[in-house]
Amino acid sequence: MSGLAEGAVLGRLEEAPRPLKRPRARRGNWGVAFYSIVILVLLLIPIGYTIVFSFNIPARTNVSWRGFSLDNWSTLLSDPRVVAAFGSSILVGVVATLVAAALGTAIAIALVRFRFRFRTGLTLLLFLPMATPEVVLGSGLGSQFLNIGVDKGIATTIIAHIMFCISFVVITVRARVASLDPAIEEAGRDLYATPGQVWWRITFPLLLPGIVAAALLSFALSFDDFIITAFVSGNFETFPKYIYTAAVRAIPAQANVFASIIFLLAIVVVLASQFSAAARRRKLAREG
Amino acid sequence: MAGALDDSGADLELVGITKRFPGFTAIENLNLTIPAGSFFALLGPSGCGKTTTLRLVAGLETPTAGRILIGGKDVTDSKPHQRPVNTVFQSYALFPHMTVLRNVAFGLYRRGVSNPLGLAHEALRLVELDHLAGRRPAQLSGGQQQRVALARAIVNKPALLLLDEPLGALDLKLRRQMQLELKSIQDDVGLTFLHVTHDQEEAMTMADTVAVMNRGEIEQMGAPEELYELPKTAFVANFLGQSNLFTGNVVSSTATSIVVDIAGTKLEVPRDRAQRHSGVVTIGVRPEKLTLLTEKPASASGVNVLGPGTVTDVSFSGVSTQYLVEVPGVGTITVFAQNMVFGPVVNRGSEVWVSWTVDHGFGLADEQGVSPRFDPDDGPGEV
Amino acid sequence: MAFGAFSNVDAPVVDAPRRRSRAALWLLLPGVVYLGATYLAPLVSLIVTSLKAPDLVNYDIGRYLYAFDIGNYATVLGEYWPIILRSFEYAAIATVAALLISYPLAYFIGVVLRRYPLWQALALILVIAPFFMSFLLRTLAWKAIFADEGPVVGFLQHLNVLGANAHLNGTPFMVIFGLTYNFIPFMALPIYTSLERLDLRLLEAGADLYANPASTFFRVTLPLSLPGVVSGTLLTFIPATGDYVNASPQFLGSTQTTMIGNVISDTYFNLSDYPSSAALSIVLMVLILIPVGIYLSLTKTEDLL
Repeated sequence: MSGLAEGAVLGRLEEAPRPLKRPRARRGNWGVAFYSIVILVLLLIPIGYTIVFSFNIPARTNVSWRGFSLDNWSTLLSDPRVVAAFGSSILVGVVATLVAAALGTAIAIALVRFRFRFRTGLTLLLFLPMATPEVVLGSGLGSQFLNIGVDKGIATTIIAHIMFCISFVVITVRARVASLDPAIEEAGRDLYATPGQVWWRITFPLLLPGIVAAALLSFALSFDDFIITAFVSGNFETFPKYIYTAAVRAIPAQANVFASIIFLLAIVVVLASQFSAAARRRKLAREG
Repeated sequence: MAGALDDSGADLELVGITKRFPGFTAIENLNLTIPAGSFFALLGPSGCGKTTTLRLVAGLETPTAGRILIGGKDVTDSKPHQRPVNTVFQSYALFPHMTVLRNVAFGLYRRGVSNPLGLAHEALRLVELDHLAGRRPAQLSGGQQQRVALARAIVNKPALLLLDEPLGALDLKLRRQMQLELKSIQDDVGLTFLHVTHDQEEAMTMADTVAVMNRGEIEQMGAPEELYELPKTAFVANFLGQSNLFTGNVVSSTATSIVVDIAGTKLEVPRDRAQRHSGVVTIGVRPEKLTLLTEKPASASGVNVLGPGTVTDVSFSGVSTQYLVEVPGVGTITVFAQNMVFGPVVNRGSEVWVSWTVDHGFGLADEQGVSPRFDPDDGPGEV
Repeated sequence: MAFGAFSNVDAPVVDAPRRRSRAALWLLLPGVVYLGATYLAPLVSLIVTSLKAPDLVNYDIGRYLYAFDIGNYATVLGEYWPIILRSFEYAAIATVAALLISYPLAYFIGVVLRRYPLWQALALILVIAPFFMSFLLRTLAWKAIFADEGPVVGFLQHLNVLGANAHLNGTPFMVIFGLTYNFIPFMALPIYTSLERLDLRLLEAGADLYANPASTFFRVTLPLSLPGVVSGTLLTFIPATGDYVNASPQFLGSTQTTMIGNVISDTYFNLSDYPSSAALSIVLMVLILIPVGIYLSLTKTEDLL
């Protein structure tokens, strides 16, 4: 899967929405509430399953529950292949995120602040990768590397990941740029800042929340990507690739542990950002 | 990098400035000199080019043609950060991620001035906001933000301070207060202020010199009283306050005045207050200069009379009452009468005459309503 | 577009005129060149590859010569059109199912929970939480839960809904279930965004004018949330057609549930039949471009991103 806007919502959570009006409690609302809770629980079942089974007593396969054990967690680094795959995914994610963030931020700024021709074409070029099925993206790049004669490996993987991340970075950062009053940068120039200083001391710090959201999104997309990676990575193994091939026989519980760690980390990060944003709002309301 | 001058500001000269944008010309061949140390207002409606002029002086736009000189030095090709000019923006444009103190000290840091924070505190004391130095802009009210923006600009002691409608977002009472404060600060610090606004009352209250701008050109420039009592074009006559304008033929003239025929009545205008002395001219008089009479006055020299007419509207507005008088053949005349007594002097439907001293009339260089000088206000914003 | 609806749409947009500058070129060039080389060029590559013919002189697996063999398309379509059909069928069912399931959820979070912003944020986090765990592992979890020896099958057999030898894994039902599950967040979030901005006073007005709540829903709420529904549908349908994880035998599918993605992948990896794989990719791309094209023609370019 690793579909189109996976994790794009990280940017969405930057600002909690302001209610237009509060609905009165009605009987119908209770029905919807109950239904929604059921659905949310269902959504989380596989996640719970994965986390729970990371605590399974280790054995050859990890499909039936034998009992609670911390062994998998303590022997986390014991299976070199899992560790390598996990590390590879992190590496690819970080590199691809950095490059995509740079390229995407530049495009976002140009889109909002400047006039230029071929705007429609550019918008299309940014939109289409999100509307193209991953098998097409993957087999396309795979064929291309083949035709050119490039060996597939970590480099080709990173190249592919950057490609599908750029559009999402543009979307996320663009919203942030659009909310910036250009007069602020003009004030910087007016106050004796050179263009470089305007960028580093004014524009970049103000764009940073958007860039960070874009980076998180980009990393999530890259880390979880399977289909495109399958076509372009050759023998280089990322974490999802490892899971796919291991799924034939048995997936070692260490994979569950890694996945649980990422999940819990992500949840903590999101919750923390929400709380800090709420705390910031309360502080501003108090002092202002 | 910019070396701000330590003395009391510098002359600003705009020579033959033209600015064209794709699709329209904002400014055509503008010439303007602003003497050092003065409070200068650039007044005009939306889209007249005043903000563009300001941005050209700041360096945020480049002129299509012409030169800009500050203190005699040609800065046309200099970037904004190289010019000894600072701007107070309409939206204040405070840096949201910095404290008030850092905002004010920003320019000082960029220029490498010593003791930037000390100077910043001083500037904040000047605008009476030193106690909020540690706050963020988001925690300040509109009026406070405006004062921080002012302090941020002034602390750099620029040769020229540009103000882009800085009081627009403030409520009336605060605006009046800030007008006085700005004026007194300018007196204290002695910088040259260039204030851009569409509020004619604001311009007249604060400025030493006002230039009325329309459609990329300056129609008239001078001291506020001069502009008000002796407008030279229909636009200025209508934009600054209100005017009663009449168009007619010059039928005779003397050494000191011209006589114009308005629907049968002969009206006199002093020669030195009329821009044109022959042909079809538009003359005018301010509503507050008119006297309402319930009986036809005896003709006297030095007095113009129009009438009889009918009072069609009476509007009480506290200090004065506005009367609309319909004079057949002439049109509607507006009269402002100070409320010296309780209640209106005349009622609707009454038959009245209006009179005024000849010396209070003026003659315009153009005709009213010939070319509509306002563009309809449907553009995306200020030009 | 609701692709962008995922990002921070609450920030106010400052209306400012754009300038013309050389800087725009330097900002755009790297990204555009990159996308041109990694998105457009591969599409061309796919077309070129799809027209290749086997090297009959130095015959070897995976060896092909540049040619103009349009016959590849005929072969591929002839052989795989049932699978193509099936893919679209599965994707369509999954999309509709995701829509029916997600809409009430989105309504709950976007409308009912407006009163409680903290719960609203929490619910949103729960909806996107699945993104934080590898979808492969999540799919495998379902596989384990629905295994023949597992609790669900046992329960259903106990109720005599399933026969003694029945299984759930490997059935079309399971594949569609997996697809639907994976895409619920993609469907729910754009709809949520649309509903979250819904002015509830409109609903009250509807309640005044049409006493029937059902009527209010169909005539007021639903039409106003349509942009979100359209985005969610596109975001679900397009990837679903090309998915091959859910349908593969290692996961929730079997050889009976092969989808076009599986074929593209198999011909590519297992048969090294690059021309066929490429031809199928192009076919899929073209078919997908029909709904995408309709969407593009109805949307202004500024709203796309």
